[in-house]
Amino acid sequence: MAVEFSPETLEKFHETVSRYPKKEAAMLPVLYLAQQEFGYLGPEAIDYIAKLMGQSPARVHGVVSFYTMYNMKPIGRHHIQVCRTLSCALGGAEKITDFIKKKLAIELGQTTADGRFTLSEVECLASCGTAPMMQINDDYYENLNEEKVTEILDSLK
Amino acid sequence: MEKILLRNIDAADSHTLAAYQARGGYRAWEKVVRSMKPEQLIDEVKASGLRGRGGAGFPTGMKWSFVPKDNPKPKYLVCNADESEPGTFKDRLLIEKDPHAIIEGTLIAAFGIQSHTAFIYIRGEMAFGTRVLEQAAEEVKRAGFTGKNIFGSGYDLDLIVHRGAGAYICGEETALLSSLEGGRGWPKVKPPFPATHGLFGCPTVVNNVETLAALPWIIDHGAAAYAAMGTEKSKGTKLFSVSGHISKPGVYEVEMGYPFKKFLEEDCGGVPNGRKLKGVIPGGGSMPVLRPEEIENVNLDYESVQAAGSLLGSGGVIVMDDSTCMVRAAWNISRFYAHESCGQCSPCREGCHWMEKIFHRIEHGQGDKGDMDIILNVSGNIMGNTICPFGDAAAMPAAAFIKKYRDEFEQHIVESGCTVRNGYPSIGHSRVA
Repeated sequence: MAVEFSPETLEKFHETVSRYPKKEAAMLPVLYLAQQEFGYLGPEAIDYIAKLMGQSPARVHGVVSFYTMYNMKPIGRHHIQVCRTLSCALGGAEKITDFIKKKLAIELGQTTADGRFTLSEVECLASCGTAPMMQINDDYYENLNEEKVTEILDSLK
Repeated sequence: MEKILLRNIDAADSHTLAAYQARGGYRAWEKVVRSMKPEQLIDEVKASGLRGRGGAGFPTGMKWSFVPKDNPKPKYLVCNADESEPGTFKDRLLIEKDPHAIIEGTLIAAFGIQSHTAFIYIRGEMAFGTRVLEQAAEEVKRAGFTGKNIFGSGYDLDLIVHRGAGAYICGEETALLSSLEGGRGWPKVKPPFPATHGLFGCPTVVNNVETLAALPWIIDHGAAAYAAMGTEKSKGTKLFSVSGHISKPGVYEVEMGYPFKKFLEEDCGGVPNGRKLKGVIPGGGSMPVLRPEEIENVNLDYESVQAAGSLLGSGGVIVMDDSTCMVRAAWNISRFYAHESCGQCSPCREGCHWMEKIFHRIEHGQGDKGDMDIILNVSGNIMGNTICPFGDAAAMPAAAFIKKYRDEFEQHIVESGCTVRNGYPSIGHSRVA
């Protein structure tokens, strides 16, 4: 399968690059565009972005693998990321994670069989005053307890 | 106390340009562009005594003055909105509720160093905050506060909101610049400092969100009004993010020099559920923990917290009550640094993982008598031996937990397991909304 941007995304790519004083500075936003378009950043996507950005695939791979928000493998539609750092841990984050594991019958790093959820633990999300908390895709969910988690997960199809 | 940083957050639609202008927003920006010379502005900020709020506390005006005036290269101003220090959530509040104060401060700082391109580097996870800032930047552009020939002065300035992609290290200014150049967020050796060799080798200043957000008020009210608040060396007000075992968690604006104990007990409502304070981290996860007796006479300013053996840092206050297992807390914090080390310097890359593994085995009943000294040794060998302050940030809390709660570590080792059975994660605590 040929991996390349749709004409609309290609337009967005050129617009993004034009905002920066140097092309290479647009690498992070361009990788976001690619992740949105392709779902994840596998070897083909990395080769394609390298060509677009005029850089070696090795360098692009180095960037992609450095940051936690680029997925190098396919993930579920809803990426549950439970904060595990101290303030959330003091507020009971471990129990929340255990509860989700049990509810979805998956371990950390796994995706449900229907492709609906992927579960991860992440480090501090700057939401410590409303611990415990989790991020699902772009959204923060705060002051969690088991009932609230159930309600949230059930609402995500 | 008059609020400077949280002055707008409770206003209706506080994130919009209309609401911000209705409260006097962008008056300072207009005054700066129309009537001030860059040197005058730098002198004003120096006179205010404002110090960098990202953690290091370096005088802001002085930082700007290091940018060479005769350098023919472009100059860049970068707002550091990559807030990721454990226990810190003040910048996120400002980003979401008062984005225009951050933008106005960013523009003012850019004018101070005569930059024509300014960036706001926002943490990747903050997708909502990114949208808020992008909308605000768009409003400002339409209003003519950025772009070409601002207020007819001939001064041009573009503002770019740039989203990171998940890496704590990018909050360190040289790592942030590496990331903004499109690469891995790897810190660079200093010197040369960003003021002369920053983004793409050009003169660059990186300032924290909270630092920049104070600038409009300082210009509006004058440096003297700002310097009149706080202590001799720590001027003005500071935001504190309070979390953990505390009745009223949240973001508080406090005049520098405010008594720490009073702040925790009265302003934040103290430790809930009839429990007692066991330890408190005053400045984000990177800073040494303090025992209750160590905060007796401490005030919330850079010098006082330092004299007590910790650092004010980002103002991320994490409170732990007497149900907390300090071994588990130490393991939690060390795991953070093991996860986030960028991997360039061996002492940090290897040492952070060693410390995490040893804390883990003590907590899980496999600790050895010599383990505490190994951690102190590893920590001591990381301190000062890395390119950037991340190494110190990992080493300091690890050593502090052991030195201050040594008996608890010993107990874990002697009894082969966690002796605080109800340890930290299991107890929920009630909160005052």
